[in-house]
Amino acid sequence: MSKKIHVTTTVNGDEYEFLCEPNQTLVNVLRNELELTGTKEGCSTGDCGACSVTLDGALVCSCLVLACEANGKSIETIEGMADGEQLTPLQRVFLELNGLQCGICTPGILIAAKALLERNPDPTETEVRFWLAGNLCRCTGYDKIIRSVLAAAEEMRGHQNA
Amino acid sequence: MHKILEESGYSADKKLKIVGTNPVKHDGPDKVTGRAKFGADLIVPGMLFGKILRSPHPHAVLKSIDTSRAKAMPGVKAVVTGADFPEIEQGTGWGDMTRNIMAREKVYYEGHPIAAVAATSETIAKKALKLIEVEYEVLLHVIDLLEATRPDAPILHDYLRTNGVEGAEDKQTNVVQRFDLSMGDVEKGFAAADFIVEREFDSKPMHQGYIEPQGCVASCSEDGQIDLWCTTQGTHVFRDRLSEILKTDSAKIRVTQSEMGGGFGGKTSFYAEPVAIVLSQKARRPVKIVLTRNEVFRATGPVAGSRSRIKMGATKDGKITAAEAELSFQTGAFSGSGFTNAAQAMFTRYALENIKTVSQEVVSNRPKVNAFRAPCVPQVVFGVEGIISELACKIGMDPIDFRLKNAAAKGYTTLYGVTFERIGFVETLEAAKNSDHYTSPVPEGQGRGVSSGFWFNRGGDTTGSLTITPDGSVTILLGTSDVAGSRISISMMAAEELGIPLDKVRAVFADTSSIGNNRVTAGSRTTFSVGIVIVDSARKAITEMVRRAAEIWGVPEEEVVFEDGYFRPASSNVGDFDPLSIADIASRTSISHGAISGHSEMNVTGEGPGFGLHIADVAVDKETGRVDVKRYTVVEDAGKAIHPLQVEGQFQGGAVQGIGWALNEEYVYGEDGFLQNPNFLDYRMPVASDVPMIDTVIVEVANPNHPYGLRGVGEVPVVPALGAVGNAIGDAIGIRPQSLPMSPPKLLELIDSID
Repeated sequence: MSKKIHVTTTVNGDEYEFLCEPNQTLVNVLRNELELTGTKEGCSTGDCGACSVTLDGALVCSCLVLACEANGKSIETIEGMADGEQLTPLQRVFLELNGLQCGICTPGILIAAKALLERNPDPTETEVRFWLAGNLCRCTGYDKIIRSVLAAAEEMRGHQNA
Repeated sequence: MHKILEESGYSADKKLKIVGTNPVKHDGPDKVTGRAKFGADLIVPGMLFGKILRSPHPHAVLKSIDTSRAKAMPGVKAVVTGADFPEIEQGTGWGDMTRNIMAREKVYYEGHPIAAVAATSETIAKKALKLIEVEYEVLLHVIDLLEATRPDAPILHDYLRTNGVEGAEDKQTNVVQRFDLSMGDVEKGFAAADFIVEREFDSKPMHQGYIEPQGCVASCSEDGQIDLWCTTQGTHVFRDRLSEILKTDSAKIRVTQSEMGGGFGGKTSFYAEPVAIVLSQKARRPVKIVLTRNEVFRATGPVAGSRSRIKMGATKDGKITAAEAELSFQTGAFSGSGFTNAAQAMFTRYALENIKTVSQEVVSNRPKVNAFRAPCVPQVVFGVEGIISELACKIGMDPIDFRLKNAAAKGYTTLYGVTFERIGFVETLEAAKNSDHYTSPVPEGQGRGVSSGFWFNRGGDTTGSLTITPDGSVTILLGTSDVAGSRISISMMAAEELGIPLDKVRAVFADTSSIGNNRVTAGSRTTFSVGIVIVDSARKAITEMVRRAAEIWGVPEEEVVFEDGYFRPASSNVGDFDPLSIADIASRTSISHGAISGHSEMNVTGEGPGFGLHIADVAVDKETGRVDVKRYTVVEDAGKAIHPLQVEGQFQGGAVQGIGWALNEEYVYGEDGFLQNPNFLDYRMPVASDVPMIDTVIVEVANPNHPYGLRGVGEVPVVPALGAVGNAIGDAIGIRPQSLPMSPPKLLELIDSID
């Protein structure tokens, strides 16, 4: 068996150390070694977006990142999104507008939507649709997901202006 | 129906406080924070990882399997093959089921499981699979539906004889069953027609496309007990089927459901679960198996492909006089497509008197199909609704008016012998006709199509339980699955009955050992059936609390009434007593008659059929054949929307699945019998940028058999979609496609055929 690699990384602000195989994916380590199962694995080929996380701020499919690449980097997952006991506006609006049904794609969609709104606080419907084109949802037909992102963006802009 | 509901069933006058609002679902916070546990999310101490070896041939005799090298590999704790499963005779339902889980005599499709390994890591399990030596005798395979029915086709099951055909007893075949269903006299009907349209249609298998691959953990003990955690649409059905194929008492099997990451019918059957159990029985440790997406595509799910010839006739004043259909369905390697739904549902919504249908189900070297929203119906309604719109055009009638003129209503007796009670098809068509979408002109360069659809909706075995806790809050135990929000809808109905705030109610899933039987969550049955059972449970609890209030006051039970969450004297003559809340009574359980709960088990009937109409506007790029859905509206009768946002979500999700099926989704096979697109890049489901907002109109024609009037809404939303998109494309390019999916190459060919 190939020698394992020692990795030090930050996940949701906490420092983690783990040993991984050279070919082990980041989603595999997050879920199976660090037991952060909020990140989902839907396809393992970077097509469904369920495993979306940010790596040093960049939105990535964690099934396409090797775990050893996370060495020295900072990872944000769905488990780190809420601010203590407070859900973020994005999470809350998804609940209020029923932007989720079964919930399996939801962590990835929320991570991707957050990354969008950090870059573009006032996206058009078309911009949201194209940004989220890498996140498959089979339940909702996307309508309420798009509405949730647009409504959360509006609320967040209001906070900034206040 | 249970007596208590017959006596106090639906009332249109009842003032509702909670039903019909849009509260946040109680399972929501866990789903936006990553806490919700899905099939693959359970981690158990000592857990092993299971992997499955799959057939590299679409059709072959399994001559021998040597697992000795795999067994000897360090870290491997168990290896199983078909020989480790109880023997069940071939050609029986259970025999087919166990052979689909693990091949025995033959492999029937590329990806068919042959053996499995449990090891201390996934990596070791994968390596061990490569050490298993299998000797095959490769046979000719058949993939195509039509080819499989030819006399010289390779035969999958040498024991198979067509059921339902006289004289078929001594003929080997791939045709499993023939099903005839007719009413009236079609000859006479067609003779009375001024216009007759006859067309042939075909569709390819597609996949349910749930984003969560199947995942499970099985843990078995030395005395034969089995503990299974899995993502499923039916814990009890899984248990009882496991009991049959593993020859174990149901009472020794406990199935616990995870959150389910989409099912749509595809999680009504198990795949890796029995394999994990047998591995765990051998290894004496918990075994986890999570399928990969590649495995999901190659060996689970798909939806039946079909061929159909459909003929309909109508008079020049717009009355349909006859309908005829010959249908053929691809069931994969084993029977089980549910194809008899098609003949029963395809014309049902029109008040036809003369119908003749002949259907058949055919095996071929593909994975066994599974249910998908309204199994086998949308792909043939695609044809029916094309012909309906074509007839309307020939007659010169508006397509919705033509449907209205032929719409079934209360009192119509269907082809399958049921006489409709109050239904809402006419109201649905009228709402569609008056919708903003339909009354707006078709934009320049686009085409518009409409299509309607029907589903029976279902009831069936259902058990639920409701407990009043000592502080007056309420817990509900459910044995069904929650595909998109049944827990909250059921909690809402309970809170409405009990007159307490919704926040005082919580519903959770029970495992199979903790609650009585429930049929699978499928067929649009759950919120309807469980709603009835939980309303019944709540009313039983209220009856008990009335008794206790009467005892506290020392008055007869008949002199206590329950309204708005309080028990009160029926009149001032009874006595001057302060009203008692549920909490007041519940707090005294230890000094009165003990805990207060209600439970209910029924074979629920009285489901109200569902009807919908979809309107689609599309633009077709005549150079590339690409279709852009510009505007889309779903109009459907929900009976009563308990949680309107969730009902809209069902409409929208079903419509977009239908759009995917209409435009892109299909299983593509090579000459070698291998599936060529077992991944989400090549199997192209709709993404957010492919579709517009989906407008919805919720029609509410109450189902008189439900305390809140509801009709199931899970299936109907996909049924009309293929036809609506097809008719819109036909309107845009001048020729109506007859082959699904209506993908760019096919549309280019059609467009070229016009030029």
